[in-house]
Amino acid sequence: MAAKSIISRPVYGTLSPQPGKHHLFVADAEGALAITDLAAKAPAGFFGDVHIIFIPGHDGKHVAALEALKPAQFYQGHSFASALPRLKQTLANAHMGLRLYLAGTEGLIGQAMQAALEAGIDHTSIQTEHRGSLARRMQCVHCKGITENVITQPATCSHCGLLLLVRDHYSRRLAAFQGVCINAEDRSEIPPMEEIFR
Amino acid sequence: MSTGTTKLDVVVSDVVPINDLVTRFHFRRRDGALLPTFSGGAHVVVEMRDGQRTRLNPYSLMGSPLDTREYTISVRRDDAGRGGSLFMHRNVRPGMEMVISYPVNLFSLDLRARKHLMLAGGIGITPFMAQTAQLAAGGGNFELHYTCRTASLGTYADVLRERYDRRVRLYHDDRDERIELDRLLSSQPLGTHLYVCGPSGMIGWVCDRAAALGWPAETVHFEHFAAPQPGAPFDVMLVVSGKTIRVDEQQSLLEAIEAAGVDPPYLCRGGVCGQCETNVISHDGKFIHNDHWLSEEEHRSCRKIMPCVSRFEGRSLVLER
Repeated sequence: MAAKSIISRPVYGTLSPQPGKHHLFVADAEGALAITDLAAKAPAGFFGDVHIIFIPGHDGKHVAALEALKPAQFYQGHSFASALPRLKQTLANAHMGLRLYLAGTEGLIGQAMQAALEAGIDHTSIQTEHRGSLARRMQCVHCKGITENVITQPATCSHCGLLLLVRDHYSRRLAAFQGVCINAEDRSEIPPMEEIFR
Repeated sequence: MSTGTTKLDVVVSDVVPINDLVTRFHFRRRDGALLPTFSGGAHVVVEMRDGQRTRLNPYSLMGSPLDTREYTISVRRDDAGRGGSLFMHRNVRPGMEMVISYPVNLFSLDLRARKHLMLAGGIGITPFMAQTAQLAAGGGNFELHYTCRTASLGTYADVLRERYDRRVRLYHDDRDERIELDRLLSSQPLGTHLYVCGPSGMIGWVCDRAAALGWPAETVHFEHFAAPQPGAPFDVMLVVSGKTIRVDEQQSLLEAIEAAGVDPPYLCRGGVCGQCETNVISHDGKFIHNDHWLSEEEHRSCRKIMPCVSRFEGRSLVLER
């Protein structure tokens, strides 16, 4: 569970069935468990209007559990990037009455939300639940490059190589935490690197 | 005291009868300067000096927000109402000097919306006159569905059709034309926001259907100025100002407080904005809550009242005012 911090740091809830005509779920890895937990609370026939976009983790688990819910549509992607065109296409053709549910890692929730905001969905109308890794998607505020799956503090920018303090300061527009140079005054000063976003 | 407390000294520059029930009033600044800018959906509170009484009624601004040389409002005459609309119709003439509040918007457009779906009933059309003008000027995407009793009472229906053609759809009660609400709501593209202004029954119906069909609350906007309901007179003790006052049958509690020389905060005078929220110190009797501001739980708690629209029946009421 992500700890509470500054106001821009996203907080996540627990998925619950919303009134609506169509229900779109986007999840990765252990996010599948948030969907199966929701299924226990869902009214009869709920999954008849459900579309699931799922990106399994390296272990490939949970696919069978999701298919067992008998959603109207089930899509399995290799990565978020490979699933994104389908997500965008679904949102572009959707009508009011579609509800969106995001579950899994912060990177997945953030990037799916980014696509939803572009499609005109208010972030407060999206159901989210964090499951699995705390690894962060980080933007280097200096070179603007995005580094995925950051687990250390500080972290090295995979683009310009600066050593960055990973802040809780989050951008919904970029779907990334902000990384700021930690030793701008004296580059020879190298603070110890700890694995804290597991 | 209105929260935006500054008042505007205006002169009535025109009075235009529109149909059997509705008359339009134009206001300009007495000093000839431009009026403050406003956004579509804003209202002003018009002060009416009616003999010994001061009436304060809110009316939506219906002109284009791009033109601040004058403000225009349209007032529907309510023969059974408390008298504000009758005062406007009978007493207000071109050239008359009046005082109005700065504009306040409690029904603004959410400009992040991909599309704006507007539902008007009767005189509820007025805020949409300003909103459509604002959106049309910026190439905004909107669709207006307007229900009126008869074609002759379809205030500004002709103007709107002329301006916006097929973006405006009319429904006439006397021809049994009804909005197919569920179909309309379910066929809107993602990112649409819904705006409703009209009788409270219509607002309730539309909000209920929208919620059931999966419209998130953030996408549904409504405005209902509940005119204060008359009721049995009652006495109130105001502890902060040390006064005991009587609220007459046709007077709101807020008006009675003001008539006693106490100057409480207010904004909408229609039970929606929350400015006049007042703490109850003690009571012996029952509250008649008519506001849309306090939660049901707060209504049940009997610890707060919105004096602009709510009343009291019983032996004693003591307020922190």
